[in-house]
Amino acid sequence: MASFTHTVGHQVYRFDSLKEVMAKASPARSGDYLAGVAASNDGERVAAQMALANIPLKHFLNEALIPYEQDEVTRLIVDTHDQQAFAPVSHLTVGGLRDWLLSEQADEHSLRALAPGLTPEMAAAVSKIMRVQDLVLVAQKIRVVTAFRGTMGLRGRLSTRLQPNHPTDEPAGIAASILDGLLYGNGDAMIGINPATDSIASICALLEMLDAIIQRYDIPTQSCVLTHVTTSIEAINRGVPLDLVFQSIAGTEAANAGFGINLNVLQEGYEAGLSLKRGTVGQNLMYFETGQGSALSANAHHGVDQQTCETRAYAVARHFKPFLVNTVVGFIGPEYLYNGKQIIRAGLEDHFCGKLLGVPMGCDICYTNHAEADQDDMDTLLTLLGVAGINFIMGIPGSDDIMLNYQTTSFHDALYARQTLGLKPGPEFEAWLERTGIFTQADGRIRFGDNLPPAFRQALAQLA
Amino acid sequence: MERHAPTPDNPWLALRNLTPARIALGRTGISLPTGAQLDFQFAHAQARDAVHLPFDHVGLRQQLGDRGRDSLLLHSAASDRHQYLQRPDLGRRLHEDSAQRLREHAQANPGGVDLAIVVADGLSALAVHRHTLPFLSRFEEQAAADGWTSAPVILVEQGRVAVADEVGELLGARMTVMLIGERPGLSSPDSLGLYFTYAPKVGLTDAYRNCISNVRLEGLSYGMAAHRLLYLMREACRRQLSGVNLKDEAEVHSIDSEESAGKSGNFLLGEG
Repeated sequence: MASFTHTVGHQVYRFDSLKEVMAKASPARSGDYLAGVAASNDGERVAAQMALANIPLKHFLNEALIPYEQDEVTRLIVDTHDQQAFAPVSHLTVGGLRDWLLSEQADEHSLRALAPGLTPEMAAAVSKIMRVQDLVLVAQKIRVVTAFRGTMGLRGRLSTRLQPNHPTDEPAGIAASILDGLLYGNGDAMIGINPATDSIASICALLEMLDAIIQRYDIPTQSCVLTHVTTSIEAINRGVPLDLVFQSIAGTEAANAGFGINLNVLQEGYEAGLSLKRGTVGQNLMYFETGQGSALSANAHHGVDQQTCETRAYAVARHFKPFLVNTVVGFIGPEYLYNGKQIIRAGLEDHFCGKLLGVPMGCDICYTNHAEADQDDMDTLLTLLGVAGINFIMGIPGSDDIMLNYQTTSFHDALYARQTLGLKPGPEFEAWLERTGIFTQADGRIRFGDNLPPAFRQALAQLA
Repeated sequence: MERHAPTPDNPWLALRNLTPARIALGRTGISLPTGAQLDFQFAHAQARDAVHLPFDHVGLRQQLGDRGRDSLLLHSAASDRHQYLQRPDLGRRLHEDSAQRLREHAQANPGGVDLAIVVADGLSALAVHRHTLPFLSRFEEQAAADGWTSAPVILVEQGRVAVADEVGELLGARMTVMLIGERPGLSSPDSLGLYFTYAPKVGLTDAYRNCISNVRLEGLSYGMAAHRLLYLMREACRRQLSGVNLKDEAEVHSIDSEESAGKSGNFLLGEG
């Protein structure tokens, strides 16, 4: 294992491994202190960033942060690394990569070609020496386009996952939140439910219901019930109509074991989803959720900082050509990301690193009530991610998830981002919104229809 | 209390009867109307205040004393709320001075006890202030009828769930019941959680605990919570274990009762 020193003035800083340089170079966050891997002061942090900037990218191919023999995620990263794609930057250091990414040479085309040549550790390393504006600027150059029944990630588009959660999975309650979201133009990324009850029977009932709603109203979107991948496989085996296969994933084999999965299980889930051939404009169908701190909370981080662990999860994700990946940035709590500042930075890091690696990134822009964060912080992160070109965000009624007890972006928040940044929903869903008369969007301005769409008026009339 | 301001012009207002979610809020332009915006801010403020409300252990001990219950006040290894929120590991252990006090208590009262009741502020002292006394009066009456002996009520400042393991071990208790303030939701700043452990000792994982959540006026009633807890305790004593192996059967029990409540139809699919 290499050791690294960096001298600033008369002070010599010494780091005993690449893992230690990476951890100490990470912008401050509570989870790295909790793990005991953070820099001991601001000076040491910047010295570590300087040392990191001088490390050649090639070194990352020789020193694994988590040993190849011990971890299948490391093996996946090493075994699938594309030397040819790496060639344009193979002579650079981490600092040189930052300069290259910000330069004119890095454009949509060259960045797409580079993605398979970068390892997650390289992406994480360069992000640690980038400011917020760098993370936004480079991510904004990249597009990662995927498709199933709708197309995600096109330039000028911002999609939303309609998340109609209900504390007891009451069908009418879920339907009420779905209709509310649709009438505010949300739901093109998916209608995705976090179920309160995890029994196979109730999961299948929710999937049947979502499929029936999507068909009845001819909505160009995807259904998802966020249950364990093995439960989705079981539902598929029972012949239940399922669009997207969900799973929480992390960046180490041990953390994934904590989720009850490994790469083989994910492959089985992916193949089961593909066997249904339900996509109409594409066949990307995996939906993954991630978040900084998940490896540490499973005591499976191997002394690697939480942002690097998170970026390794994107190597897992991209292997299965996902439809969307969602970093649930503020959900885990203040022991990992303490306040609005840490949550904002983490959300932008995750989006940048994911996009750089070719992953269709979205973000659950969220916080819990014991974090030092509020709606103003979420507005800030939403605006920044909108500028950075994020593929999708959550949309829920009034920012209040009554099942998971946290706050994320509302249907109204999505409209704010679309209006101020001139972003539209995915093209298929945009056409549906126009056709039904919910709203049209020209020159960025959203114009709502004067009347409720007839089909929904009819549904509401039943309640009278 | 009004959850959010009415917006009578919203044509799908009737859907509010179907879910506690903040639907049909209306809009001004594309934005949230003032009433809904400020209602949300107030709900968040209440949740924040609950997280930071200091534990009124003096008042609680007074109330317990009035009921003839002894109590001991202890402190976790987390020195203040700021540290508590960032270092869950410290909230799970007693401060050394507190551990010593408990050892001395156990030496003075040898032979152990059946039950140690531990009350910790957790993430909502508000929940503990509101629900500890009324819940305990329901629960202890029935526990006494079952013939279980209890240690003094142990209050832990800046405590997390697992601190009850250390308390139980030092007291030589057969079982611990932890009453703790849960993470406040936007509409539930005062939700109390109950955690039960058989044969408590330091280092147990959550797999060895059973949880009864959402005890509050709008959630699970004191009587129902006490009933479920006593059921778990009796089963635990019979099978000499707690946690996931006990949970399975308890869950079957609760799912049955949910389904018997019946499900309403789905208006979007013409099942109104």
